[in-house]
Amino acid sequence: MNRSKILAKAKTWFPFYIFMLPGIAYLLINNYLPMLGLYMAFTKVNLVDGIFSGEFLGLQNFKFLTMSSDFPLIIRNTLVYNLIFLILNPIVGIALAFFMNELGSKKILKCFQTSLLLPSLLSIQIITYIVYAFLCIDTGIMNKTILPTLGLDPVKWYTTPEVWPALLIFVHFWMRSGFSSVVYFSSMLSISPEYYEVAELDSASKAKQFWYITLPLLKPTIITLMIISLGAIFKSDFGLFYQVPLGNGALYKTTQTIDTYVFRGLTGSGNLGYSAAAGFLQSVIGFVTVILANWVIRRISPDDAIF
Amino acid sequence: MHKPKEKTVYLAVSITMLTICALAIIIPIMIVFMSSVSDESTVIKYGYTLWPQKFSLEAYDYILTRFDVVGRAYAITIGVTFVGTLVSMLISSCLAYALAQRNLPGRKVFMFFVLFTMLFNGGLIPTYYFYTTVFHIKNTYFAYIVPNLLCSAFNVILLRNYFANSVSPALRESAKIDGCSEFKIFRSIIVPLSTPILATIGLLSAIAYWNDWQNALYYVDNAKYASIQQVLRNMTNNISYLANTSSVPSASRQVPGLTVRMAIAVLSMAPLMIAFPFFERYFVKGITIGAVKE
Repeated sequence: MNRSKILAKAKTWFPFYIFMLPGIAYLLINNYLPMLGLYMAFTKVNLVDGIFSGEFLGLQNFKFLTMSSDFPLIIRNTLVYNLIFLILNPIVGIALAFFMNELGSKKILKCFQTSLLLPSLLSIQIITYIVYAFLCIDTGIMNKTILPTLGLDPVKWYTTPEVWPALLIFVHFWMRSGFSSVVYFSSMLSISPEYYEVAELDSASKAKQFWYITLPLLKPTIITLMIISLGAIFKSDFGLFYQVPLGNGALYKTTQTIDTYVFRGLTGSGNLGYSAAAGFLQSVIGFVTVILANWVIRRISPDDAIF
Repeated sequence: MHKPKEKTVYLAVSITMLTICALAIIIPIMIVFMSSVSDESTVIKYGYTLWPQKFSLEAYDYILTRFDVVGRAYAITIGVTFVGTLVSMLISSCLAYALAQRNLPGRKVFMFFVLFTMLFNGGLIPTYYFYTTVFHIKNTYFAYIVPNLLCSAFNVILLRNYFANSVSPALRESAKIDGCSEFKIFRSIIVPLSTPILATIGLLSAIAYWNDWQNALYYVDNAKYASIQQVLRNMTNNISYLANTSSVPSASRQVPGLTVRMAIAVLSMAPLMIAFPFFERYFVKGITIGAVKE
């Protein structure tokens, strides 16, 4: 290519690189620099002087992290909660979407959709207050109204770890089911009504229509959402697990996840080196899981892979 | 014929189930509101209830006396939401517009650069290190705006798809022939033609800024810079937070903490709740556009 052609090309495209610049610079700072910082997990973490100034420790942080009693706990909690969410999310979402689809009336549908979506507008702080209004030891609705009505003794919710798995799962679905039901509902709407008309002619029952038409056609959406959740299987909703139980140490057994553990390293109530190691594992394993999940899907049904 | 009967049964079941779910969502939110307009002593006696045992605006009255803290937090949240959303939309749409140019040299590399951030990240501790030690954003307004919220790969992809598929390239070409600069084309042709997607992305971004509390948790510990979410968080741990932080001298009376908490919660969620019916359409679009594959 001669000089003038290159110049012309540069002149055409130059403005677009200027367009890109702020965004690319931001991602570099916000996303790529911290990747470099993953190196910290192999050093004696020093947040004051710099990443590379900490003494190199090799795998020592990992060794101590995996030997600590916290390790099996945070892995178990993170994985088990996520597996439960992973399995129940599509079931709850599709069930609600199915009900919405049965309504027929747009007005009624809108009412339900609005109410189901309300929690998506609430910050985790508000959710924390709502939960607190129910569970507060002396003034909560559970202890003051519901349990006495049922003739049961009050429960010290915020110091009883056993009740939290059920609570957290409930709160998770309280916050998110509206959101996922709307996603499934919109993909149900895109199914051509002709399929159902033909099924009606064959007098297939509703259950059969759902099983043989709706579900298979929702498969791509289900798979996409599942790959996304699989990629996040070592991540947890920090707000749900840290803020909703009020960061309470007495509840660690059932509320401590990798994210809350990493954060506690930062606040000084944990070990920073172990936290960095846990964060490293979370990033790397999360990456591997999503690649693996996508690879498996590509093998089974290539059309459904997301990249 | 069994058909109509089957239909009625399904309709009845659907309405019942959805009603249960809707009530399960609305009642707890109502309880927060009702508690905020209850008399403190009746809350202490009977607990939080769905209907005030005794109606009182004491909590809101108290907040007014602590307006220097609450008003400031409100102003910070509004400012951060406004600036954050604006800058975020600007950065994201510019990046997306460049990526929407099919023939841009190096487009694939930049696409990968953006997409990779969705798959892999450095996590909290390195991010915290860079923002605090290298960029010194602790206890500045940047702490609310910059980390994590300014430009997400997800939004960039949605915008890129829209620019690439819904804005005709012919328009750009003809403007080009008329001698318009690329910046002018973007500003006066592309942006006006993309209002639906911009509204959707802007809305999601504004909600994220309004509700964000994690940036505050990590990077702000000076009460002077507390946003409304930060005030809420501080009040979960410390019922007299408002009294301690306010420069207004405390009256000798007891802080109506139980109801004040709920009143601040109401104040912080009210704007989004009230505006929701007006923006619901865009919100629904925002959550469905990304998940449903094209």
